[in-house]
Amino acid sequence: MKANEVPQDKGNYKNRDQSRKVVYATNEAGDYTTVNSEGWEVEHLATMQAWNEAAIELEEVLEEIRKGLLSPLAYFMKKNLMDIAILSRHVGKWQWQVKRHLKPKGFNNLSAAMLQKYADAFNISPEAIKHFDPATAEKH
Amino acid sequence: MHAHCESGVTTNLLKHYGIHMTEPLAFGIGAGLFFTHIPFVKVNGVPGTSYRSYPGTIFKTLMKSLNIQYEMQQFGNNQEKGQKALDDLLDRGIPVGLLSGIFYLTYMPEAYRFQFNAHNLIAYGKNEAGNYLISDPTLEGLHEIAPADLQKSRFAKGFPEPKGKLYYITNVPQQLDMEAAIRKGIKKNIWLYTSPPIGLFGNKAIHTLANRLEHYPDKLTDRQAVLYVGNIIRMQEEIGTGGGGFRFLYAAFLQEAAQILGKPELKEFSQRMTAIGDAWRNFAYSAARICKARTSDLVSYKDLSKMLHEIGHQEKAFFMDLKKVNL
Repeated sequence: MKANEVPQDKGNYKNRDQSRKVVYATNEAGDYTTVNSEGWEVEHLATMQAWNEAAIELEEVLEEIRKGLLSPLAYFMKKNLMDIAILSRHVGKWQWQVKRHLKPKGFNNLSAAMLQKYADAFNISPEAIKHFDPATAEKH
Repeated sequence: MHAHCESGVTTNLLKHYGIHMTEPLAFGIGAGLFFTHIPFVKVNGVPGTSYRSYPGTIFKTLMKSLNIQYEMQQFGNNQEKGQKALDDLLDRGIPVGLLSGIFYLTYMPEAYRFQFNAHNLIAYGKNEAGNYLISDPTLEGLHEIAPADLQKSRFAKGFPEPKGKLYYITNVPQQLDMEAAIRKGIKKNIWLYTSPPIGLFGNKAIHTLANRLEHYPDKLTDRQAVLYVGNIIRMQEEIGTGGGGFRFLYAAFLQEAAQILGKPELKEFSQRMTAIGDAWRNFAYSAARICKARTSDLVSYKDLSKMLHEIGHQEKAFFMDLKKVNL
């Protein structure tokens, strides 16, 4: 890539425009140099798409919680961009156990100690999980 | 500011000990150019793809090639021990490289903050408020982070798991044989890239991805297919790669190597790698068009697959020819 062809596309999402990155490109003599770039539309598209997907998944989970099919833990898992594999590593449980806790029945039977572990993983208080209200939940 | 976290951290740590090295040189001596596609290791439901060698290997390879002594430690899940080790080093004025999860790095723009645990940064001290002072090579300026957040980042879960990994330089020899290190780095990279016998690592992994990509429309929902493709683009362009999935960074290394070793033929290889980087950029551009259209059009996925196979052939030929150069 030539230095004067390095894209300078600003990304106006989630503070992306607060940071530039270094791209390696060649100057007129054909030698390598660095160019500070605002970004590339291609990269922005892929990143925004990933955030968009995260937002959709969060909505889907909220809907399931409203229907009583999932527990509040499912919301906080998605809000923290985790999956069951990551979450199970945080709380020191098998994935099938975490899956059970993601259901209302398993969630209601959680011990205070276990709830605390989930709260730590999500960086919130156990009360915030217990009194979770889908109507006021923060979105991506 | 640097393009890539680990080679940037490596050059900045060296600078502290009076060694001035460019980022491309660190990347090349560290034999960083690679490709991995592991369909069954999924992060948030998307298969893992990487354009570089495993986290930590660039630093280690470079230190060994230049006979610089270093320490690298991990702490399992013993977070207290991990924090104490870091604090002790900082008290002694030693800048420390850390492997970290980006999600917890509060000083990063939110756009980057996914669960991605292969980021490297340097902690170089603590301020009066007790926050860690951070030099993050992929960002401009200096930053700080609260101890609890840094701790979460160092002990993030998923793949890979940093387990508090830290590394630092302990002793630098008076004489550095840069030429020998460059030769070693090139040879190691040729071997790394061309030798893996299974299609998950090195050159063969490009063809694995190409084969799978071709069948995304039959095997995945539209939504999944687009996410899978988007993730490839992000691994190539969003995370600090210097553009073209580190290929331009490696081309810059070869140009510098040509000068230092007095081997003008390496400059030709640099130009060839630039062309390969351009091909990767074209691939990303076309891939983004598919994501935008949001249709699983068989023809376009086939085109993408063809582009990848072609890049795979070019890179194989590149390293096979580079192997023939008398360094």
